[in-house]
Amino acid sequence: MQSSDQKPNQGDSRRDFLKKSSIISAITLTPTFAVKAAENQADERFAELFEKIPLNLTVNNKAYKTAVEPRVTLLDYLREELHLTGTKKGCDHGQCGACTVHVDGERVNSCLSLAVMNEGKKITTIEGLANGEELHPMQAAFIKHDGFQCGYCTPGQIMSAVACVNEGHTSSRSEISEYMSGNICRCGAYPNIVDAIVEVSKGGMKA
Amino acid sequence: MINFQYLRTTTSKSALSLISKDKNAKFLAGGTNLIDLMKRGVSSPEKLIDINHVPLKQIEVIGDKIIIGALASNTAVAEHALIKEKLPLLAMALNAGASAQLRNVATVGGNMMQRTRCGYFYDTELPCNKRQPGSGCGAIGGFNRMHAIFGTSDKCIAVHPSDMCIALVALDATVVVSNAKGERKILFKDFHRLPGDTPHLDNNLRLDEMIIKLEIPINKLNKNSHYLKVRDRASYAFALVSVGAALELSENKIKDVRLAMGGVAHKPWRLTAAENFLRGKEASVENFEQAAKLSMTDAKGFGENDFKLQMAPNSIIEALTVAKSKA
Repeated sequence: MQSSDQKPNQGDSRRDFLKKSSIISAITLTPTFAVKAAENQADERFAELFEKIPLNLTVNNKAYKTAVEPRVTLLDYLREELHLTGTKKGCDHGQCGACTVHVDGERVNSCLSLAVMNEGKKITTIEGLANGEELHPMQAAFIKHDGFQCGYCTPGQIMSAVACVNEGHTSSRSEISEYMSGNICRCGAYPNIVDAIVEVSKGGMKA
Repeated sequence: MINFQYLRTTTSKSALSLISKDKNAKFLAGGTNLIDLMKRGVSSPEKLIDINHVPLKQIEVIGDKIIIGALASNTAVAEHALIKEKLPLLAMALNAGASAQLRNVATVGGNMMQRTRCGYFYDTELPCNKRQPGSGCGAIGGFNRMHAIFGTSDKCIAVHPSDMCIALVALDATVVVSNAKGERKILFKDFHRLPGDTPHLDNNLRLDEMIIKLEIPINKLNKNSHYLKVRDRASYAFALVSVGAALELSENKIKDVRLAMGGVAHKPWRLTAAENFLRGKEASVENFEQAAKLSMTDAKGFGENDFKLQMAPNSIIEALTVAKSKA
């Protein structure tokens, strides 16, 4: 696309810039027949497929009333619609755990859940864990124990770790490893992640 | 993901009525396999009927059977006190499968309905008789390290990846299914299919039917049971070979025994000949070795998976030995 003469405005983040340039790309790439069909409503089937479904859910204690296409995953809804980009897209196929969030208190892979399946549910993401400026004990423990290097898997690791403690699967280091196996860390910070979870579980944390 | 129509229902009656009208519709439960397949372009249903709000999550005892609703989550079953006490093999198998995140969402019915699959099934650029009947099998003569050694055909050598189903076939479960007209029962061992000439069919559930519940007889195999899963890493990987073993012992004599294997066939693989051999005999290593040998009679490797021909009998012996040693 002709983005060479575009410069991010002062104050724009890199992310906003990327977003703007991808919108331009999307418009350029939209096939004209699709635009025409939408305008004329000539093709009922086409219109039906793009029908948005009403969606009410609570994310980090804030209620949202929106509508989404059925194919939008909870992960994409959180990141692209609500701009809660703390939850990461790693593999997008349920194999890495970077997208882990809590749904009604239970950890799930948000990449394998459709947003519309979560009607009426309470979602907690990494952004909802801290109490104002005060870090959640698990966040603090990850920092103390160097539970990350690059940090990409960290939001998912922390959400999974909080759930792991709440579930009571922390009787030994091997049990923690087993119940954290759905979260992959390419940097290999596993021993430090387990250290953080051991400390928090001994402190009697309840999220 | 190709878009689709989304419908939500709260009763099995309306779910069955909806599915009977549209053969391109699919039920959506946890979605952990179906949504993944849809993202890859392997499956593209025109309509999804979300059944997560249908009240089929019960886990209870009725008479001499344990009843598990089709929409009970894998975690709910694995963590249930009744299952841990009466059917520990099922709890062990469930906890050996997937990750905590997936088990929280995946349902019992969905676990049964996950596709029997391999890398060729997932890659839409490559031939696969299961995904596209008649296109050929890439795995025969290709990369087949994870593939089947029992019950294969020249059309398909993929394996059913479930751990839960290995326990259920060993425990003589019955599947209660329903369509709009009424219910029928299928023995768990007959629920899944071998590939034969129709590898695109994984099971015998008809297009207009849904799984309602499982019935599992309460048994005396709960004290000495073990689920052994051998895999490339310690957790969160498909089985190379897995074994569900359960013994009812009287002193050192085997009164009853159940054996089933995963990672070796297109369906959960019950080892009936080995069971028949062991029943009434001493629970000795020599007899376990004989049973393991008997189990391998019809086994056949395809090159990269030849190691399973040795790993499978070794795993049978190990699983029986651990099961026996439990107090």
